[in-house]
Amino acid sequence: MTYQLHFESLSGYLDVLARGAALTIVLTAIATVAGLAIGVIGAAARRSALAPVRALAAVYVELIRNTPFLVQLFFIYFGLPSIGVKLTADEAALLAMTVNLGAYATEIVRAGIASIAKGQIEAGLSLGLSRRQVFLHVVLKPALAKIYPSLTSQFIIVMLGSSVISQISAEDLTYAANYIQSRNFRSFEVYFAVTAIYLVLAIAFRALFRGIGNRVFARR
Amino acid sequence: MPQSLTRASLLATVAAALAATGLVARADGLDDITKSGVLRVAVPQDFPPFGSAGPDMTPQGYDIDMAGVIAKGLGVKLQLVPVVSANRMPYLQTNKVDIIISTLGKTPERAAVIDFSAAYAPYYSAVFGPPSIVVRGPADLAGRTIGVTRGTLEDIEVTKIAPATLTISRFEDNATLITAFLSGQVPLIATGTPVAAAINAKNPPVKPAKKFLLKDSPCFIGLAKNQPKLLAKINAIIAVAKKDGELNAMSHKWLGYPLPPDLPV
Repeated sequence: MTYQLHFESLSGYLDVLARGAALTIVLTAIATVAGLAIGVIGAAARRSALAPVRALAAVYVELIRNTPFLVQLFFIYFGLPSIGVKLTADEAALLAMTVNLGAYATEIVRAGIASIAKGQIEAGLSLGLSRRQVFLHVVLKPALAKIYPSLTSQFIIVMLGSSVISQISAEDLTYAANYIQSRNFRSFEVYFAVTAIYLVLAIAFRALFRGIGNRVFARR
Repeated sequence: MPQSLTRASLLATVAAALAATGLVARADGLDDITKSGVLRVAVPQDFPPFGSAGPDMTPQGYDIDMAGVIAKGLGVKLQLVPVVSANRMPYLQTNKVDIIISTLGKTPERAAVIDFSAAYAPYYSAVFGPPSIVVRGPADLAGRTIGVTRGTLEDIEVTKIAPATLTISRFEDNATLITAFLSGQVPLIATGTPVAAAINAKNPPVKPAKKFLLKDSPCFIGLAKNQPKLLAKINAIIAVAKKDGELNAMSHKWLGYPLPPDLPV
């Protein structure tokens, strides 16, 4: 065995790795918040009394969940300029991640809402709460508490899946790895380091989400 | 004692795993190639006229023909392994191919990790853009956006000469770079003449024209380091092909001009 590991060959590229990791974190954070908001609105829309609203939400969910993320990304970045919508690589990546997460979050939140017993809603209404109050306090919060673990898994999946945005030249963590590898040809060391960074990021995000969950959904 | 035993067995496992993935030293490749009777060549698949899929989906191009010349010279069967410019070096380093014939230019960084044969084809790279954008030299790139294929010579050259305000968008392969240019995401591109020719062949509304020359960089065959027999044999085959006009004919066929007489040996 003659392969010598040269991790010191990465030392000149630490700023590239840091910038890449930062973009991955920022995009994931924004996409998580925005995607969750879309998820809640989408889930409410799928239970709407208005048939066109229900249909629109259903089309959105099916369209996104049944097409590859990479194709959605290419469509936004390379396709939309043809009709005059030109986004930078970062904007396109954020939009694709948010829209993608929104569709999955819609289904996850909907499952949570469906699990709330009808009697609980009727109890809320009979206590004189408005429909809006019932949705926010009686339905939504316990629903989110129930599906919170699967929701956080989806957030992590989006973070890991964001590695493909380097394909449209967005400078995320995977881009940093590919860039360094194309400069020093130390593919083993580079991808080893970046795999470790992704792992740490995923574990850190999971711990963060668990902390948030413990605070928000604390049993009183 | 039990602790050191565990460590020893762990090391053995890691060593075995590494050996299995091919991260091990090789003897002179010429012997291996002759023994197996097969030459594995990394060739481009997205880079006409050097390598692309023909109408019947079989690979064709200057590099494909060159791979045939080398295999014939060695008297072995040819196995083409399609690569993109970003992964051709790792393919060679991990012994997935014996040699690279994939418009590979010679750089000191690359020469530190692999060896090069004599040059077998002409090639130059430049900055291209539509006539409406005036760019006469690196200084005119300030404040603009330019597209490159990551890991290519053009990427490295542009990174070197770039003014601080130039945005460099790096794409995974030439096909994506062409798409980025055609969709208007990057107004300028730094690339080899074949890519510019390929874009012009699609007859787009905005045609790329040469702005300034980045580098004259002929193509070399890349092979793993320390294989003197294989290197000497390949150089001998190239020398014969240059002398008997075979390379000149290939240059006419694929590039449309004769082989320059001053290709470095």
